[in-house]
Parts: sequence; structure tokens; C-alpha cells
Amino acid sequence: MSNDFSVKFERVCDVLDKYENNPNKLIAILQEIQEEYAYLPEDIMTYVATALGISPGQVFGVATFYSHFTLEPKGKYVIKVCDGTACHVKKSEEILKVLEKELGLSSKVKTSPDSLFTLETVACLGACGLAPVVVVNEDVHGAMNKDKTLAMLAKIREEEKTHA
Amino acid sequence: MKARTAVIDNAVVVIEDEKNLLELIRKANIELPTFCYHSEISVYGACRMCMVECEGRGIIPACSTKAEDGMVIRTNTKRIREMRKMIIELMLASHDTSCTTCPKSGDCRLQSIAKQLGVDAVRFKQMGKVEPIDATSDAILRDPSKCILCGDCVRVCNEIQSVGALDFAYRGAQAKVVTCFNKGMGEIECVNCGQCVKVCPVGALTIKRQINEVWDAIYDKSKTVVVQIAPAVRVSIGEHFGYEPGTTTVGKIVTALRRMGFDKVYDTCFGADFTVVEEGKEFLERFKKGEKLPQFTSCCPAWVKFAEQYYPEMLNNLSTCKSPQAMFGSLCKDKLTRELGISRKDLVVVSIMPCTAKKFEAKREEFKVDGSPDVDYVLTTNELALMMQESGIEFSKLELSSFDMPFGFYTGGAVIFGSSGGVSEAVLRYAAASLQKGAPQEFKQFRGNDGTKVAEIEIGNVSLRLAVVSGLSNAKKLIDRVRQGKEHYDLIEVMACRGGCINGGGQPITEGKAAVSERSKGLYDNDKMLAFHMSAENPYLQQIYHEDLTPEKAHELLHTGYENRRRITQDDFVLSAATETAGSKLSLNICFGTSCFIRGAQTLYTQLMDYIRDKGLESQTEFTASFCGKQCKMGPVMVINGKTLDHCTTELAVSEIEQVLGLAVSQ
Repeated sequence: MSNDFSVKFERVCDVLDKYENNPNKLIAILQEIQEEYAYLPEDIMTYVATALGISPGQVFGVATFYSHFTLEPKGKYVIKVCDGTACHVKKSEEILKVLEKELGLSSKVKTSPDSLFTLETVACLGACGLAPVVVVNEDVHGAMNKDKTLAMLAKIREEEKTHA
Repeated sequence: MKARTAVIDNAVVVIEDEKNLLELIRKANIELPTFCYHSEISVYGACRMCMVECEGRGIIPACSTKAEDGMVIRTNTKRIREMRKMIIELMLASHDTSCTTCPKSGDCRLQSIAKQLGVDAVRFKQMGKVEPIDATSDAILRDPSKCILCGDCVRVCNEIQSVGALDFAYRGAQAKVVTCFNKGMGEIECVNCGQCVKVCPVGALTIKRQINEVWDAIYDKSKTVVVQIAPAVRVSIGEHFGYEPGTTTVGKIVTALRRMGFDKVYDTCFGADFTVVEEGKEFLERFKKGEKLPQFTSCCPAWVKFAEQYYPEMLNNLSTCKSPQAMFGSLCKDKLTRELGISRKDLVVVSIMPCTAKKFEAKREEFKVDGSPDVDYVLTTNELALMMQESGIEFSKLELSSFDMPFGFYTGGAVIFGSSGGVSEAVLRYAAASLQKGAPQEFKQFRGNDGTKVAEIEIGNVSLRLAVVSGLSNAKKLIDRVRQGKEHYDLIEVMACRGGCINGGGQPITEGKAAVSERSKGLYDNDKMLAFHMSAENPYLQQIYHEDLTPEKAHELLHTGYENRRRITQDDFVLSAATETAGSKLSLNICFGTSCFIRGAQTLYTQLMDYIRDKGLESQTEFTASFCGKQCKMGPVMVINGKTLDHCTTELAVSEIEQVLGLAVSQ
């Protein structure tokens, strides 16, 4: 796992080389780095700033501006609850509350201590016909309600148990 | 050719070389309110206060519109008035409006514009969240709850100072001005110049005050409290009491300080005379030997921190002379404690400075003896004005009086330190007199407002190339040209603030260059009125050199050293950890600081990882990276099992690793 980190760091070096340390390519550089680490560690952002000749504050500004970038390591399962207009009308808030209660998470604590779950809300997934929608990693779950949400969570936990 | 004109509120105004419509409107004597417009930095167009109605074009922002021939402008229509008031109300609704206790109260542009526009009620619900105040910096206090997101600090830090310590982060309603990773101002690359404080229209960025500490020292009967005043303070503090910029009020300042209870009132210029002599000697020596050139001045603490962070390989070129403030402090603590027979802790030295970075300088470890600082407290010009107001002193009615001796005697060479170019001129006066008897003593080439001033000076048969820069982005550009070998200088003066100390972060706030020029003129007028113009002529200085200072002692009291500085305080991070607990373990640390990066640390790292994988050493190797081990001149630096390798190459590192692992023997 840790030597994995060094491979990743070498990828950071490769990415910087590929973009010739061009500060105008900051977004693309951060995107590729996030693909490696699944988030943007502070140390790496500082290193990128040094390499690009800009201030770490500028890198931080860009990294926090785009919701695509994340500054914290995410859980194995990223659960996104859509709270767009259609989903909201169809009581997405109820689903979010159930998940928060079950996982012990909140708008401040988004990832569970065992790094298994990350809970987020999104403005609109563009799947309003299926409202309310919950997405777990790449899997879309439509027409959700309280019970279906709990069942979905139980299934994930069951799978985790058998794999472990 | 017919003059280009615009009609502004029914008056015809001739368009000259105004940068934008806003400047044209202000030329027509209409005070359009703005938060985010400063003539020195780029146009941002965020505050929307300068919106005007233009016939045929509707409502437009004046700051980001060019003035065009034939424009018909109205600045105060019903719609615009309502819009402006609404904007102020919205700002107030999301602002921490605890105004009476705000350090900016009375000097706040949000207050004054709200008043100007007659905002008498806020129709919106108060939404402002109170966030914690950042007091980690010695110089600057940051209160995010007061921020109105005008971005002035962000642009001044990035464009004028090329530091970029502050930036916008997050987006939409969450958008904030922050430091990198939300660290404290005292933990990052901020150089404490205080230019952000000067442009901040509200109380989000203010001076970290030491007023109460100074009062406590004055009230403490067991302490002897002495005060020194920097050159730039005497030509600006009057602005707080209705005097024109540049008016010298030094006699009144001295009277006021005595009335407030300071035991002795001295002048930083006395320290500056020592700086000139020491720096002049140092320069002549380096020039004769042809080494460590160009010599950089070291009076400006913001520049010194900037150099320590970004130009570690040039630190040898910095003059080792302490700044006038620090020289004054060490001389004063040395001589007065002996003469008065008191201990260091009972002698309190207070400085009055135009500068916020001097607060940081006074707390540097180099300027302490056994933990006791040479300068105990630093007040800015603005803080002194506040203290005078607290004391109920009617400044304009004060009698004049003069400084205490010997630390209150100074020459013209010292008083011009406060203006960009002054240090160079003073050092040149000294150098010229040393090189050739009767050499000229005025060097007007270095006066004036330009951010970069360059000249070649002939003294006898010697020719000297000098550069004077103010504003750290100007310094950066110049140093980059020097490093590339495009330009050569013998002496480079750097002041972090545009125009020098007279425009420092602790000075009264002014818009535009006019006030700064007047202050500069005030200092040169002071020079003209003094009996001596060359620092070495100061009789008290000569006496101290003669009676108190052996060369060793002079070196101890008047010189210092610099060290490379991490931009951000941060721990090492693990690139690759050993997975095997048993067996021989290899511990590698590589520096990824700016200097090592430039010197090829990244290539070194990738090649070494290839080597480690090739030899199958991954499981027993721990590879960590640090952000600056402060050995920048030696970069790239690697530490292998506790042994430091300077100027490290892959070959060097590999041979060391082989030795550590005993591989060399088996080959």
C-alpha cells in the first residue's frame, strides 16, 4: 500500500513533466493527480505549486473551487444523494437523513472512520425521471425510499463481510 | 484635432489619458464610491459600486469601461441610487457589524459609503457567520467575518508583491478569501509587508496592535521605557491630525511621547547612521575583492523574509548589517543597561515604525539575547496616532521639543532611509567620501516614484552600477534578470513597499502616489536642513565607535545572518514506507524545496526509485520528502540513513546506499 504511494508520486512527476510545469495547465494537472490518489493531498498540492512557480494558495483556490476536486480521502463507497428540484420534491431529504443516521455522518463529517463510506449531496444528476436518485460509486439507484435505502446499505455491508 | 469629450451629469469633460471611465468621472469631481478599485492594481469589477448609466448602453461598471468620445453618463439616477444602496445593505447583512469594537471603526469604507449613500436600514436578515480571528501572525490580524470579498488583498499580494499568500477559495455563497489550506497568516509565506492591510476597505485585515503592552510598560514603575522613531513616521503621522502629507511634525511627536510617559525619546535615524557606515564598509570591501556582488540591502524585513523563502542561494549576497531598528535596539540595550546600571528586562525599547513587518523582525531569534529581545514592542505610525488620541493629546497645539542624546542625533544620510533610494544614496555618500575626497554628495538619480531605478555612478576612476527597486514583484523581476546574467549590479536596494517605508503597511492610508511623493519630498527637505549629510560625520556615532565598540563588538551588535526559510510550516511526508520490519533498513529523505527542485531533485528521485525497484529493495526502504531542509545552497540535498549528501547526484546516492547495505563489498 505504501509503496503504492511512491508509484503515485512518480506519476505526479510524470504529469508535471507532461505539462512542462505550465501553470496554465493547473486544472488538468490536478485532475490527473486526483486520478492517482483519489483526492488531493496538501503535500502534493504544495509540491505542484513549487513545480509550477505559483503560490500554494492559488492551487488551493482552484482545488476548492471545483466540486470535482476533493481534499479529503474518500471512502470505498461514495454515496451521492441527489437534492435537485425533482428529487427534493420527492423527499430526497428523508433518504439523506436515513443515511446520515445509519452511517453516523453529517454535512461536516462526510466520510466514515473506517473509510468505507462517503456521503455527499449533489445538485442535480440529470436523472429527474428516476427521482429521488441515489448513486453509489457508478451504480444508479432510482425511485428510492427509506426502506430501499436501508436494504441497499445492508447489501453493501453483507458484501463487505463476505469479502473480508 | 477636436478634443474627445464625454458628458457626465450634464457637464462636459475632456477625455485625456484616463485609464477608464471611473477615473474620468472622478476627474469631474464626482466621488463615485468603490471598494475594489485601486489605480495600482488590476481592475476587478466585483463591488459594482461604480455602476453608471450610459446613454444607449444602459448600466455599466465605470472601472472596467473605457471612456469614449461622445458618451453621455449619469452617475446618480434613481435606479443606480437604489442599486447601490441595495448592494450596501446586502453586504451589511452578511457582515459582522460589531462596528464599535472593530479596529477599523472610523476608517472603514463600508461604514463611510453606507453613510455617504444614506443607508439607514438593512432590509435583509442578518446572515453573517462569526468566524474565528486568525492571530498567528506577528504583524497582521485577519478577521474573516469582516471580509466583503473585494479581492483587493489578493491582487495586491499577488501583483505588487508576487507572494500570493491570500487567494479566493470555494465558490458561490461559500466563496472566501483564505490562506493556503486555511493555515494561519503566521504559518505561511506572508512576508508581513502589510500592503493588504492598506488596501482592505474593512476590518478583515488590520495591524496586530501592541498598544496595550506599551501602556503597561509605561505604567510599570520598575521599567525604563525608551522609544525610537523611524524616519518615515515624522512626515506622515500629521495626516491623522489634519496636516498635509509630507509635513514634518517631529518636534510635536517628541513632545507627545514625553507627555505620554516615555522616559527617553530617541531616533531610529541614529541606528540608520550606523547602518550606513557598516553597510558602506562592507560594500567597499566586497567591491574591492569582487566577491558577493551584487550586495543587497537588508534594512527591509519583508524583503529579507522574501529572500529567505525564494532566493536562498542569494542570501550570501545580502548585507549582513542589521536594520536600523535592530542596530538601534542592540546598541541601546548594550549601552544604556551599562550606563543606567539596570538589567535588560527593565529596559524596554519601543519602536515607532511605518511598517508592519518590523513587528516580525523584532521577534526574530537573531535579535534576542538569551531570549530577551533588543526591541520589545513595535508600534506602527497608525498605532501611535491612536495612542495620542487615547491620551487626549491635541496634536496641533503641541509645543516643539528635541530628541534626547546621544541616540537622538542623526545626519541627513539617515533621514532619507524612509524613501526608496535613500539607503543607496546614503551608502553612496559614504562610499564616495571614502573613495575620493570632495566627491559629490547628492545622487538624485535614485529619487522619485519609479518602482525600478537604475544608474551608473562614476566616483574618481571607479564606476559603480546600482539598482533601486521597491515592490517585491519589481524585485523579483530584477533578480531574475540578474540570475540569468542579463544585468549586472554592484549594489541593489530592495524595499518591499512601493516607494519605500513612507508607503509602509503601518502608514496612514492614501489612495494614489501623490501623498507618497509628498512624504518623500518631506524627508529630502529634512536632509537639506540638517548640518551633516554623511552618516560617518555623526559625532555621537564617532564617539561610540571610539569608546564602546571594538571591531568584534561592532560585529556582534551590528551584524546578523540569514537562513533559508520554509514557505509553509509542514511536516515531512512519506513517499514510500518500508513494509519489512526485520532486515537492513534503508531510510532516504529527499528535499523538495524550491531550490532543490530547481537543482533537479525530481530527476534524482525518479532515478533512485528505478534503482531501488531494480535491486528489489522496495520492502526495506523508507523514502520521505521534506519541504526544505534549509540547506538550499547545497541542493539537491538527500539524507541517507542519517548522512547528509549535498549536491547529490544519482551516482553519489547509489554509492552511499551500496555502502550502507554492504553491497559494495560483495561486488
